[in-house]
Amino acid sequence: MKKSIMIVGVGGQGTLLASRLLGGVAMDAGYDVKVSEVHGMSQRGGSVVTYVKFGDEPVYSPVINEGEADVIISFELLEAARWLSYLKKGGKLLVNGQKMAPMPVITGAAVYPEGIEEKLAAAGADVTVIDALSLAEEAGSSKATNVVLMGLASKFMGFSEESWQKAIDTYVPKKFLDMNKKAFALGQKA
Amino acid sequence: MKQLMLGNEAVARGLYEAGVAIVSSYPGTPSTEITEYAAKYPEIYAEWAPNEKVAVEVAIGAAIGGRRSFSAMKHVGMNVAADPLFTASYTGVNAGLVIAVADDPSMHSSQNEQDSRHYAIASKLPMVEPADSKECLEYVKLAYLLSEQYDTPVLFRTSTRIAHSQSLVELSDREELPLKPYEKNPAKYVMMPAYAKPKHNVVEKRMEALAAYAETTPLNQIFWGDKKIGIIAAGTTYQYAREVMGDKASYLKLGMINPLPVKLIADFAKEVETLYVIEELDDIIETHCRKHGISVIGKELFPWIGEFSQRLISEKLLGKTPEYVDFPETIPARPPVMCAGCPHRGLFYALKKLGLTVFGDIGCYTLGASAPLSAMDTTVCMGASISGLHGFNLARKEESEGKSVAVIGDSTFVHSGVTGLMNIAYNGTNSTVIVLDNSITGMTGHQQNPTTGYTLKGDPTAKISIEKLCEAVGIRRVRVVDPYELKNTIEAVKEEVAVSEPSVVISRRPCALLKYVKHKAPLKVDPEKCKGCKSCLAIGCPAISFENKKAVIDHTQCVGCGICSELCAFSAITE
Ligand code: SF4
Ligand code: SF4
Repeated sequence: MKKSIMIVGVGGQGTLLASRLLGGVAMDAGYDVKVSEVHGMSQRGGSVVTYVKFGDEPVYSPVINEGEADVIISFELLEAARWLSYLKKGGKLLVNGQKMAPMPVITGAAVYPEGIEEKLAAAGADVTVIDALSLAEEAGSSKATNVVLMGLASKFMGFSEESWQKAIDTYVPKKFLDMNKKAFALGQKA
Repeated sequence: MKQLMLGNEAVARGLYEAGVAIVSSYPGTPSTEITEYAAKYPEIYAEWAPNEKVAVEVAIGAAIGGRRSFSAMKHVGMNVAADPLFTASYTGVNAGLVIAVADDPSMHSSQNEQDSRHYAIASKLPMVEPADSKECLEYVKLAYLLSEQYDTPVLFRTSTRIAHSQSLVELSDREELPLKPYEKNPAKYVMMPAYAKPKHNVVEKRMEALAAYAETTPLNQIFWGDKKIGIIAAGTTYQYAREVMGDKASYLKLGMINPLPVKLIADFAKEVETLYVIEELDDIIETHCRKHGISVIGKELFPWIGEFSQRLISEKLLGKTPEYVDFPETIPARPPVMCAGCPHRGLFYALKKLGLTVFGDIGCYTLGASAPLSAMDTTVCMGASISGLHGFNLARKEESEGKSVAVIGDSTFVHSGVTGLMNIAYNGTNSTVIVLDNSITGMTGHQQNPTTGYTLKGDPTAKISIEKLCEAVGIRRVRVVDPYELKNTIEAVKEEVAVSEPSVVISRRPCALLKYVKHKAPLKVDPEKCKGCKSCLAIGCPAISFENKKAVIDHTQCVGCGICSELCAFSAITE
């Protein structure tokens, strides 16, 4: 068994923490794991992608290419469309419905496409869109959007509840722990 | 115990376990976290130096002084450090010295795509290259043994995908080492012609010995699979190839990439039918094979540019393209932008407004080149804004003087901008330099520098006053502005470019992402008052966009800096 999961979004949305949680859970389950992150320039509001790969056989390449992802977790609607080509046939696309206009849209050089959700489904993706931002705000802060989405993702990964809780305890700073646990639970229910 | 670690963190762990005592670096993506993680070990003294040349010299001095030492940099940082590097090859070491260099193929966060393996060849130094975090840790430890055994600095090459990928590592304890005795030995350490000439012989002999070592080192490994296809690769390309080809190929995985083995490669070549060299960037392994009469397929099949991938290798070796569905429409690009509330934004708006020619530099503010601010004419390397502007003004004289500026960040100014400013003061062009002082090294993820008043370990320390430094090098006109105050900023820049002597404007406000910076409540656009004129969009803040013919502010991004409201003639943007 080998699984390839992508976490995509906009630089600054907290995709790194999300990938650390998933990587931690996979390691805990005794799998070989590789996580490839983006640091540097793209983190300044650019399109960002993190690859998480794990399996009971060795994982060689740390990156995921077109048509290889079992699951894509997108922190923003347009980013789900951008990375669609990376999804395997029959793969799952978990999306935060939040829209963030990229600079070419703000300057008027491009338009933010309409009806993305329908077009993703029409392209054959198994899409789930939730309002993770509102759920995060319900948990206490928009900053917990990442953890809401990991709560949603946890339903499709087959790891135990304890190992997720353990990963949250390990990777989330203490003073935000309660809020993030609440956010995770809201994501699971979404 | 197994742990998931970033490649850079694993290098730092290797330093710790190898008993390294002194680390000096300058930040540069993708190498920065090595030094940050190293600083977390109380046993390691770690510092940010003002630039890579200083850092490597510190590490050389510390190694001569008897402590295992280390320096890390990005590929272009090695250009800056090249001067000490080439001669440290002659002096050799006392305690071990390892210098890490991180390449950035595909330029995720760089201004060029140079291949740092050339430095190993040119400076005649051994170079190792790990292919995952486990090897990052192990190879660093081995590199110190090589360094001391062969009396040489050892280069440690990584790339973005190794530096910034996490994989599993196993930890061991630190080997605590005593301070090695230092003996005065000018023939070894004073590189003037009389001593350097015999030393060059030593270097050539050392390379011969290392070449022999390369034939048998555990760093170079063979994995036999199907012998129809043989693949020679190192680092991340080995991982891509192995993932695609599995046991349908045999692999010679090189962990030591300078000097390269000859017999090992020739023997491997004899066993396989078709031999491919898969290497990102330049054709170094391929050229080596050809030189020794081993026929390989390399750059006629694989590109010179950018990162490779399993997809590329599958297409080239198997003729197989993956199946996938594309989104049916063009998707607007999402390039990186200055953050909401970024203090650089106001300054670049002023430069655009004044229509100046802008010599840019390396940092977050290079993003001032993108639309809608589009206020940058050149970016070459660290420090080139200031020296380049001087040259530009020498060439164009009155035509450009008074109409051009250089912009440079606080950290870059200290790195290598101040030398250019000395040149301006000394040789006297009528040039205006703007120092964007946001109190941190921003782009690489917030590192302290000599202008911030704190060390890498977070201790308070002496703080360079940029004003006094500029005055000391001979600039008489130095003034400070707050880039959040648009009108004042525009006026100040206008005045300084107009004067007929060198001048400096310090645009000062801390980076909006700094923890101690308190943000105001997000602003709102009153849809009743908004006339939809789009004036506010001209500053290119990611938090403000246009919907249903009105401006809207995204409350999750806005930090209430107020710059957009200064642009609205209808007072539509308020708290
Ligand atoms: S500048 Fe003022 S009136 Fe013009 S679009 Fe922006 S908010 Fe509306
Ligand atoms: S106040 Fe205006 S310019 Fe400043 S962060 Fe908010 S939207 Fe952006």
